[in-house]
Parts: sequence; C-alpha cells; structure tokens
Amino acid sequence: MANKEATRFGFYEGLVDLAKVHDDIYALDADLAKTTGSVAFQKAFPERYIDVGIAEQNMVGISAGLSKVGIVPFCASMAVFVAGRAFEIIRNGVCYSRLNVKIVGSHGGITAAGDGGSHQCIEDIGIMRSLPNMVVLQPCDSNQARLIAKMAYEHNGPVYVRTSREPMENITSLDDKIQFGKIQTLCEGKDLCIIASGMMTCLAHQALDILKEKGISASLVNIHTIKPFDKDGVIAAVRKAGKRVLVCEESNMVCGLTEAVASSLVEEDGIRISHVAIEDRFGQSGATGELLEAYGITKENIAAKAIELCKR
Amino acid sequence: MRDFDFLSKKARQLRVDTLDMILKAGSGHVGGSFSIAELLVALYYDKMNLGKGATDPDRDRFVLSKGHANPILYAVLMDIGFAPKDAKDTLRRYGSPFQGHPDSTKCPGLDCSTGSLGQGLSIATGMALGLKKQGRPGQVYVITGDGELQEGICWEAFMAANAFALDNLTVIIDRNRLQLSAPTEETNPLDSVEEKLKSFNFAVDSVDGHDFEQIFRALDKKTAGKPHCIVANTVKGKGVSFMENGVKWHGALPSGDEIAAAYKELGVEYGK
Repeated sequence: MANKEATRFGFYEGLVDLAKVHDDIYALDADLAKTTGSVAFQKAFPERYIDVGIAEQNMVGISAGLSKVGIVPFCASMAVFVAGRAFEIIRNGVCYSRLNVKIVGSHGGITAAGDGGSHQCIEDIGIMRSLPNMVVLQPCDSNQARLIAKMAYEHNGPVYVRTSREPMENITSLDDKIQFGKIQTLCEGKDLCIIASGMMTCLAHQALDILKEKGISASLVNIHTIKPFDKDGVIAAVRKAGKRVLVCEESNMVCGLTEAVASSLVEEDGIRISHVAIEDRFGQSGATGELLEAYGITKENIAAKAIELCKR
Repeated sequence: MRDFDFLSKKARQLRVDTLDMILKAGSGHVGGSFSIAELLVALYYDKMNLGKGATDPDRDRFVLSKGHANPILYAVLMDIGFAPKDAKDTLRRYGSPFQGHPDSTKCPGLDCSTGSLGQGLSIATGMALGLKKQGRPGQVYVITGDGELQEGICWEAFMAANAFALDNLTVIIDRNRLQLSAPTEETNPLDSVEEKLKSFNFAVDSVDGHDFEQIFRALDKKTAGKPHCIVANTVKGKGVSFMENGVKWHGALPSGDEIAAAYKELGVEYGK
C-alpha cells in the first residue's frame, strides 16, 4: 500500500480484507463511493454493496433494518451528511435499540478544502459522542484505518468511524496491537503530554522534532477510540508528563476531544491544559495547506502551543 | 375458510384492552390505535407466519411505523403470547416493557423500535432488502400513518423499495385522514396517495381498513417484482362513535361518563 494515503481509503482496504472472511459484512453508500472510499468494497463485493442513492437518512434506516436480519452494515457518506443530516435516524433508529450498525463519516474536519464550509464537518465528533450506546473511532493514518475496520466490526453495537480526505505519511504500523477503548502511546516524554486524534496525531508527530530541538520532551498519545474514552489511560499518561496536556483535534472545540480529555481530568489537581482545535467557526474554501494554516491545524502551531504550555 | 366473526370479536377485544391500558396509564393514543385494529388482527391472527414464536428468525415481521399506536400492538403481543400478559397495567410506567413508544429492547416480540415518524418504514425497507439479499423467507409488513407520510424519509424509502424490487415488503397506509392537529388534507394534502404510490411503481390496493374481506383480498395478492402498498381507508377512533373522526381523539382520553359510554359501545360494561 502507499506509504502516504488517506484514512478514507485505508479503512475500506481493511474492510475488504475482513469481508473476505466474514460474509455478513455489507457496505452502503449514498452516491459517494469514490468520495468516501467505499468504491473499493463495491469492486470487491458488488453483491454485498448497496447504493441507496442520495438519501442519507434512508441509508441509515435501511442499515438498521439490515442489522435486524443479521447483516453488519457499514454505511458511509461525507461526515456532514451522515452524522449531521441523518443524526436523528442514528439516534432513534440505531443507537436507541443498540443495533449493530457502523456509520462511516469521511471528510471529517476541514480538509474537504475546495468544497467549502458546507462540506467540512467539524461537529461530528461532538454529535456522535453525545449519543448513548455509540462508539466513536478515528484512525490517525491509513495503516491504523485498516485496523480500525476490524475493531469496528468486532464491536457488537453502533460505531461511528471518522475518516479523513487528507493523505498523511503512515506513522503507525499494521502490526500495532491497538486495543479498543485504550489510548495508544506513540512516544514517551516528561515535560508535556500531547493528546491527539486523526490526522492531528500525524501533525503532532511531526511537531515532536521541533520540540526536541527546543529541548522539550513531549509524550504523544493517540486517541483512536474517542468513545468509550480511556480516562484511566489519559490520567496515567498526563501524570507521567508533568501534568501538562495539549489536546489536538481537527474538530470544533465545542464538545470535541478537548472536552473529552478535560472532563476526564476534572478530579486531577494541578493540570495545565491547552489545545489546538477549530475555534467554533465554520470552514471555507481554499487550498488545503492554506486552509490548515488559517485554522491553525499545523505542526508549527502545535509546537508553539506546546512551548507556551511548558512556560506555564 | 376465514372466521370473520372470530376476527371481528378479536378486534373488539383488542380495542377494549387498549382502552384499559391507556386509561390505566393516564395517557396514550386511542384514535390511531382503534383505526388499525382490524389490520393488526388480519396480520397477526391470520396472514403472518409467526413461525416458532417471537425469536424465530424466519417468521414474518411487523413494523408499526406509526409507533404512537403501540397500545393496541402491545395488546396483540400479549394475546399471542409474545409479550408478558402481567405487564398489561404497566403501559408508560418506569421499567415497563410497554414504553410510551415502542422499544424493541424492552418488549419481547416487538420487531422494531419506532415512534419517530418515518423511520419504521425505512427500517422495514432495510429488513426486506436484507432478507432478499440473503435469499431468506419472510414478508415484512409495515403500517404507516397517513400524516406520517409528510416525513421526507418515507419517500426515500418508497424510492428504494422500488429500486430494489422488494416484493417481500407490504406497506399498509392507515388512511384515517387525520393527524394530531388537523385533517391531513388541510395540512399537506396527500390525495391521491394511491396514484402517488403507483407512480413509485408499487402494486397498490385501496380497501376499507375495517372490512376483513377487503383487507384479505389485498393481503393475499402476490406482487412479483414490486413492493405492495395497501391504502387502508379507516376511521380514527373506530368503534366508539363519539371518538370517530374527531381530531381531539388523537391523544385525548375519555373522562367521566365518556368512559362507561366508550366501553358500552365496545360491548363491555365498565367496572364489571
């Protein structure tokens, strides 16, 4: 596989492999197969692929029905349309009955760059983690996305998987032993703990070099399971790193990973916390690099925030 | 030979059970429950293959997409032994299998949680598609309200049912012509719903939803390659004259002398 690949593609490569041995796996899409990456599944298993047309709500309802007769449906659209438009169907049709339906939201964050703010989903993490019975997963790179496909399948119940449009260098391995509901420590350090998810983990990984040059020793914790949140794992990691925490998320600061981390630390004394996140404003069109720069989603900004935090 | 007399008595008994439950609960939807009594009886006491019982994966399935009419479905599920009879007095109570709107995780034999209008139809479409994909038997029956069809997801589901040629899906529209606040035709006119569904390539029948002969004539029809829609023309509140066709009886309860009068019309002496 390509060393630099978007998680939206890695995820379906993983799902195709899995579907070779599990014939209960089906994939659904709402006319966006090439966009979400589900086209790989369509090509491999056309008889188990269902395009419902441009109807995300019905796609989720149909998925709920499929799960009721023993199928494990993975239904996908761009995050804004599936997590946003179909929210209430996910709530009442899937989560309320704890049905075994997997929802895949691609183009999480602002890297649907050219398409503009209407297509850039910054709210999905907050919306999905607010749902009882829901599991929220986000791989940091395409290698991990393959593992996350298996993790999503093996969990019996509703799962939301957020994938990204942006190709990133793989920083994790297919041989990693990641565990459902547990943090993944990618790097140990003593001055601060960077907690990141999705492509932010890759950017934070790049920022480590900048910090090293400045003499700062940072640990890097990747959150692939945003819900259930590994509170104990985070507390332990933060304690080992001077109780300084920098949270990096490519989603709205409201209800996102920062709040998940902060709420897990409410009983800890002496925490110093900062974050890199979308600051409660919509995205807009632009070249990807330009947009990331404008919204502070860069390794430089992560490093700057980390340095600032170490002064506190 | 079908015993229409038996089925009619069953429908009347279910209305009585429904009234018992709703009065005990202090709230619930009488009008829309009464309008589907004969339809539920035709399905559960004759047409549906209930297999070896509630957990049989190959039995026919039923989705009450107009989930608020659930008291009468609970009455059916208790009567046929799927749901516990001793829970009859617990409708809408804490811990009850009989939640205010259907919760399939709490009530045995209930095929789908519903209550958010339009979703049951979409989920039933998925069930039928899943059974077809797997080459498994089982017809999926769904009852929707007519007001419910104002939800856009219904039409997404209709398009999909046609696209996937779901002849194992039977959609029964409870055409009582009233929604919570007003007549459907004064809100978002639906006529002719038959023509609308025909244009979505459904096989469509229009029947008197309280006439067993007409209901079965439609239910018995095979519609190879097409989903089936039965427009059941019904009367909201059917069976109690002062409730019939009254908007207020969507969610109102009889009180005072109305209670005894309602039971009397259903052939039961109140309090005995």
